[in-house]
Amino acid sequence: MASQLPFPFIAQQPLPPARSAKIVIEHLTLVYSDGRESLRDISLTLPNRAITVLFGPAGGGKSTLLRAINRLNDLTDVQRMQGHIWIDGLDILDPATDVIALRRRVGMVFARPVVLPMSVRQNVSYGLELAGQRDRRRLSEAVHRSLEAAALWDEVHDRLDQPAASLSGGQQQRLCLARVLALEPEVILLDEPTSGLDPISTEKVETSLHALKERYTIVLVPHSIQQAARMADHAAFILDGELVEYAPGRELFVHPRHPRTEDYIEGRFG
Amino acid sequence: MNARRQRQWTQRAGFGLLTLATIVTTLPILLIVLLILQRGLAAITPEFLLAFPSDGLRAGGIFPAILGTVLLTFTMTLVVAPLGIAAGIYLAHYAPDNRLTQSIRIAILNLAGIPSVVYGLFGLAFFVIFFRMGTSILAGALTLAIMTLPVVITTTEEAVRSVPNSFHVVSVSLGGTDWQSVRRILLPQGLPGILTGVILGVERAAGETAPILFTAAAVYLPHLPNSPLDPTMALPYHLYVVSTQIPGMPAGVQYGTAAVLLILVLLMNVIATVIRSRARARRRW
Repeated sequence: MASQLPFPFIAQQPLPPARSAKIVIEHLTLVYSDGRESLRDISLTLPNRAITVLFGPAGGGKSTLLRAINRLNDLTDVQRMQGHIWIDGLDILDPATDVIALRRRVGMVFARPVVLPMSVRQNVSYGLELAGQRDRRRLSEAVHRSLEAAALWDEVHDRLDQPAASLSGGQQQRLCLARVLALEPEVILLDEPTSGLDPISTEKVETSLHALKERYTIVLVPHSIQQAARMADHAAFILDGELVEYAPGRELFVHPRHPRTEDYIEGRFG
Repeated sequence: MNARRQRQWTQRAGFGLLTLATIVTTLPILLIVLLILQRGLAAITPEFLLAFPSDGLRAGGIFPAILGTVLLTFTMTLVVAPLGIAAGIYLAHYAPDNRLTQSIRIAILNLAGIPSVVYGLFGLAFFVIFFRMGTSILAGALTLAIMTLPVVITTTEEAVRSVPNSFHVVSVSLGGTDWQSVRRILLPQGLPGILTGVILGVERAAGETAPILFTAAAVYLPHLPNSPLDPTMALPYHLYVVSTQIPGMPAGVQYGTAAVLLILVLLMNVIATVIRSRARARRRW
């Protein structure tokens, strides 16, 4: 399942061929400082320009795995992290990795939409401004493009300068997605992005994700098995910090090979 | 029915107690303010505000004292605001939870508990004598700054802490540095709270007598201070002098001085309140 060697460096191409590997996780073990072992020897190859779903019961380590991919775990008390995560052939767990640059390439959308206390426009351009972009025309182009891609432009184009907090929950979550897209990342990590949303908003987010996978590598922790089945090009079942099964979505949800996977999908535990 | 009546009675008694507590706390303040304003406002004339004292402080105005207090508090603010805000941000955002930061916190708490006259003596020994500043605005302002530091540090720390950590996490996830979180989110969002703390600290310092007693204040000066190294007259000290040190002092001068000091301090208080309530109205988390 896991490749033993980092795959060839392919970052130079503007749009690398679909289905090639984008992220290779090798023997990743992560222990929190309170001694809790969160991930145990996970090896996983995530394909380029596709949606990979990480699903399983709560507390199994999905979010931890997600946060490892853009080193957001650095903010929490991680005692020990072993193994490798290669993105385009670069080991991002290497202490020498430029985490700032990494986080610009690997964006993250959280379960609860956290809009920054500023206007809609400023929320979208925030990441670019952090990166030093000052050109107003470029920023406003990026705002337009990103809101468009997050399927939010039509709803907010006439109130870009209003506080982002005045948007509805569903709009706020799409704003969070737009904020990530503004940085033109290569990978988008989503941690239960629709858990607080109504069905209509959920559908809008899912639709834009389907469109976005043409260009981005998407890693999604779904908020339900139904969503996992709907969205997954590839699906990884994670249980108690271990990878139980990893297969193309259609295969895994129709013919799970591992009995635990089957039990979970059928709703026998969870 | 009986139980319901009892609940209603308990409720009424509770409200009654709360109302009583409110009255007991506000009444003395109202009385002080009313008494002083009633007797002092009559003495406040343009001459009183703009002229030098004369006749052994018994007549004339209190302009040098007003100016001195403004200079002292202004200089003090220049020192205490950057220092206190920086320390507060450090404690709220950067400081790891270890022995060192724990002892820093304890030091700050203790600093806040020291009587103001001790600050005055410390200022005398440290700034006036050791650093040879003499009795001067600078020495007084620095002494006041040290006294005010704990208030500014703790309110800043609280204000920065009250900004949800999720903002910081989002900022980091978008490729932001710690400092960018501070500068673009924590500081602007915490600013109203920080300003309130600074103003309240300044306000308290403006009314203090003991810290400037040995470090900055003069009973009477025939001219205005020319440099930060000159001594100065100051309102609280002037009030002390005219109230207790000179026989045959007209009550108008005493109450007038008190009223001016009170108005100055209340004004700062109002500004702090306005800033705070405006920021609250605008905040949406």
